[in-house]
Amino acid sequence: MEFETVIGLEVHAQLLTDTKIFCGCSTKFGGAPNSHTCPVCLGMPGVLPVLNKKVVEFAMKMSLATNCEINKSCSFARKNYFYPDLPKGYQISQYAYPLSEHGYVFLDVDGAQKKIGLTRIHMEEDAGKLMHDEHNPLSYVDLNRAGVPLIEIVSEPDMRSPAEAADYLKRLHEILVYLEICDGNMEEGSFRCDANVSIRPQGQKEFGTRAELKNMNSFRNVQRALEYEIKRQQYLVESGEKVVQETRLWDDAQGASISMRSKEEAHDYRYFPDPDLVPILIDDAWVEKIRKELPELPLAKRERFIKDYQLPAYDAGVLTADKALANYYEEVVRLCAKPKAVSNWVMGDVLRFLNEEKRDIRNCSISPASLAEMISLIEAGTISGKMAKDIIEDMYKSGKPPKVIVEEKGMVQITDEGELIKIITTIIEANPNQLKDYRGGKEKLFGFFVGQVMKATQGKANPQLVNDMLKKMLAG
Amino acid sequence: MELNQLTIHELQEKIKNGEASAVKITESVFQRIEAVEARVHSYIRLLKEEALAAAAKADEVIKKGEIKPLTGIPIALKDIVCTKGIPTTCGSHILHNFVPPYDATVVEKLRDAGAVFVGKANMDEFAMGSSTETSYFGPTRNPWDLERIPGGSSGGSATAVAADECIASIGSDTGGSIRQPAALCGVVGLKPTYGRVSRFGLIAFASSLDQIGPFTKDVEDCAIMMNVLAGYDPKESTSVPAEVPNYRQFIGRDIKGWKIGIPKEYFVKGIDPEVSAAVKKAITVIEKCGGKCVEISLPHTQYCLAVYYIIAPAEACSNLARYDGVKYGLRVSDSRDLLDMYKRTRMQGFGAEVKRRIMIGTYALSAGYYDAYYGKASQVRALIKRDFEAAWKKCDVILTPTTPTPAFKIGEKTDDPLQMYLSDIFTISTNLAGIPGISVPCGFTSAGLPIGVQFLAGHFEEGKLLQIASAYEKNADIEKRRPKL
Repeated sequence: MEFETVIGLEVHAQLLTDTKIFCGCSTKFGGAPNSHTCPVCLGMPGVLPVLNKKVVEFAMKMSLATNCEINKSCSFARKNYFYPDLPKGYQISQYAYPLSEHGYVFLDVDGAQKKIGLTRIHMEEDAGKLMHDEHNPLSYVDLNRAGVPLIEIVSEPDMRSPAEAADYLKRLHEILVYLEICDGNMEEGSFRCDANVSIRPQGQKEFGTRAELKNMNSFRNVQRALEYEIKRQQYLVESGEKVVQETRLWDDAQGASISMRSKEEAHDYRYFPDPDLVPILIDDAWVEKIRKELPELPLAKRERFIKDYQLPAYDAGVLTADKALANYYEEVVRLCAKPKAVSNWVMGDVLRFLNEEKRDIRNCSISPASLAEMISLIEAGTISGKMAKDIIEDMYKSGKPPKVIVEEKGMVQITDEGELIKIITTIIEANPNQLKDYRGGKEKLFGFFVGQVMKATQGKANPQLVNDMLKKMLAG
Repeated sequence: MELNQLTIHELQEKIKNGEASAVKITESVFQRIEAVEARVHSYIRLLKEEALAAAAKADEVIKKGEIKPLTGIPIALKDIVCTKGIPTTCGSHILHNFVPPYDATVVEKLRDAGAVFVGKANMDEFAMGSSTETSYFGPTRNPWDLERIPGGSSGGSATAVAADECIASIGSDTGGSIRQPAALCGVVGLKPTYGRVSRFGLIAFASSLDQIGPFTKDVEDCAIMMNVLAGYDPKESTSVPAEVPNYRQFIGRDIKGWKIGIPKEYFVKGIDPEVSAAVKKAITVIEKCGGKCVEISLPHTQYCLAVYYIIAPAEACSNLARYDGVKYGLRVSDSRDLLDMYKRTRMQGFGAEVKRRIMIGTYALSAGYYDAYYGKASQVRALIKRDFEAAWKKCDVILTPTTPTPAFKIGEKTDDPLQMYLSDIFTISTNLAGIPGISVPCGFTSAGLPIGVQFLAGHFEEGKLLQIASAYEKNADIEKRRPKL
């Protein structure tokens, strides 16, 4: 039987506000346990939450960037459950009245645009963290993260493959980082994802029973976990068993998921409106103010790169996947005006160096000015493309500008015809047999002569010039 | 008269004239406490040393002539408001050892106004009760009859004022917890408009209903306390930035031409005849003052108790979830695992009434029941609010009995929660509507138990309440009695 996969994702993104959502504590990652806490985020008796306006504005930015409709009035609700990392015994979240709804993003699927619906975006507070003592039956609670603002972005069940799901995640990630409202760090948990997965026979309209997957902390894991889950469900169905509604935890080391709780064991969160907070009223003026603050978004930038720089779609996609990379690219182009050449060097060499060392474009030792200078040197014929391959590696390692490297190594290209005539003449004279064979039709020997010239000039001869001159001189 | 028997404004005069010092006033309060506290049990914790030190400081301030509204005045705090460095128990075992690292906003305000804190007053556990019998620290007794309850949940705050163990006190009112004990103890008690006095640092029972207010010996003192307590607090989202008038200006003004609404639903059978007679007498006093009494209707009154006992427990079960043994307060050790720790801590830490309300609230919010209970209760609550809005078109203030009966015997209703809940029948609607209400003494039963009359007004109209209450107080000619202890 052929099956169709149905996937919906719930993404939690930590917002980059300086302070927590309901108190003035710092949101910085990695402080000493419980150093970023106060009576409010510790859930002490009698304390009250006061909403951080920045959280609403950041969430509004994401809503606008994903085409969501922002509700004129939204409010907070309490999600009640007991866990030691949840100091109040409830999480302040949004339930019946979320910030925004009915959004969408586009994915490239097989060369076509596919629309993925966003059900809603809502604001909530993060919980703390537990640390378990390996040697004693003890757990420690760190509440630094408790009260850090999150947005939850819920998609429609619109994705049909793990690849689409991964693509959708990358799209959201890209937008969040572009908006500078989330650092997108999956390992540190500032970008987290849960997935709802089901399968159904091809052509069936009703959804199958879904499983919820948790604990996938990288794009790769999301895809692996989804692939595993689809196989698991197919196996169940094909062997006549039923998929049960449950929550499953992905175990990266095992490469498998394990059941965490069944539907019967699911929490009853007893949501109700939080009486300590008042509804948030958002008028058009506020929405417009936030809309004006939006930066150019990835999709728009991609289209502009294709149009303004005449780049292939592929190049535009790679270069705009990271806003800092796009800025780097544009700066180099501004300095040397060779958009396609810049794209080739950035995508080919610069990104390779960075990837090898897992570094970020923000920490790239080749400045945009250096790269522009190197490309200009090629254009001017001072160095050859082949020479540039060595130079750029040196630039990356040493951080030196290309002109300094060229001078230090005496790597200036030989473009003097008189000098080349002398060298070529000497080579022709030293190889009479090869000359005879070449003239007799063995055209492959042309390469041999080029090699000899390059060898004699230690690769510094301008290749185009060598080609042209050799053709003339070998012809006699 | 002893200093501890005087009102705030009388003491202020004496302080100004140099006839009394803050230390002398505080000493006289503690002498009284020594004499009667063992019998009344107004306090969970006394702060004698701190109080005397604060009084000495107050005297220095007085010498410099920098007198503030409450300089040198001994005040009792219900043990539900957090006091920095001083244990705050909420009358519960689960918080018996909790020491807040912060002051409630009202505590800051009172301290800034020069108040001297006498102690932390006894209360029903987590303010859940109408008799102060559910306190983990034992019941408080009514100074007018030690066999009887003082009302609740702010019982200790009421008795401390009634027995002259302080000059004024702070209570909290979620369904009548200030007005009911004020009535049963023969003192003045005001529940302000929701949002008028900061809730920051008030340990939450039902967040949408809780409000802090004062207990005083007369209406003028109530105005003085409100001048200190009222005002916007940026630490509370439901605090309202409405202008705060000088409440003292309403004292002594007449009420000529005012229309006084008498809701017919509040004068039904079941009211104690002596209470009924005293309140009817109060109506004639008000008419003598120039007020015109008109019958009004608050048609959804019969649903108030039901709505309250859905909404308050629902909010409470969530508010009390934080007492889990993890961070502070009681933790029962030797637990097998996390769940065991939760269960045993909460089983031992909470009393029966608190557990009852947690269970009711949890049930009312559960999947499949929410719409029928919490959802429906919220809708009816809106209708109750609307009743009052309609009423204000016909009258300026509303007059009702504060309680259906005078103080009952200790133990009389502890086994019958429904009977206990009925003692708040006239006070609950105020909290559901968010409006202010005041209880003022209006006489005594033949057995010598105090009776209270309640006035209600629209949102942020505490001034009107103080005006009518002071006019009533002046003209009612209630016999000045003190409890014989």
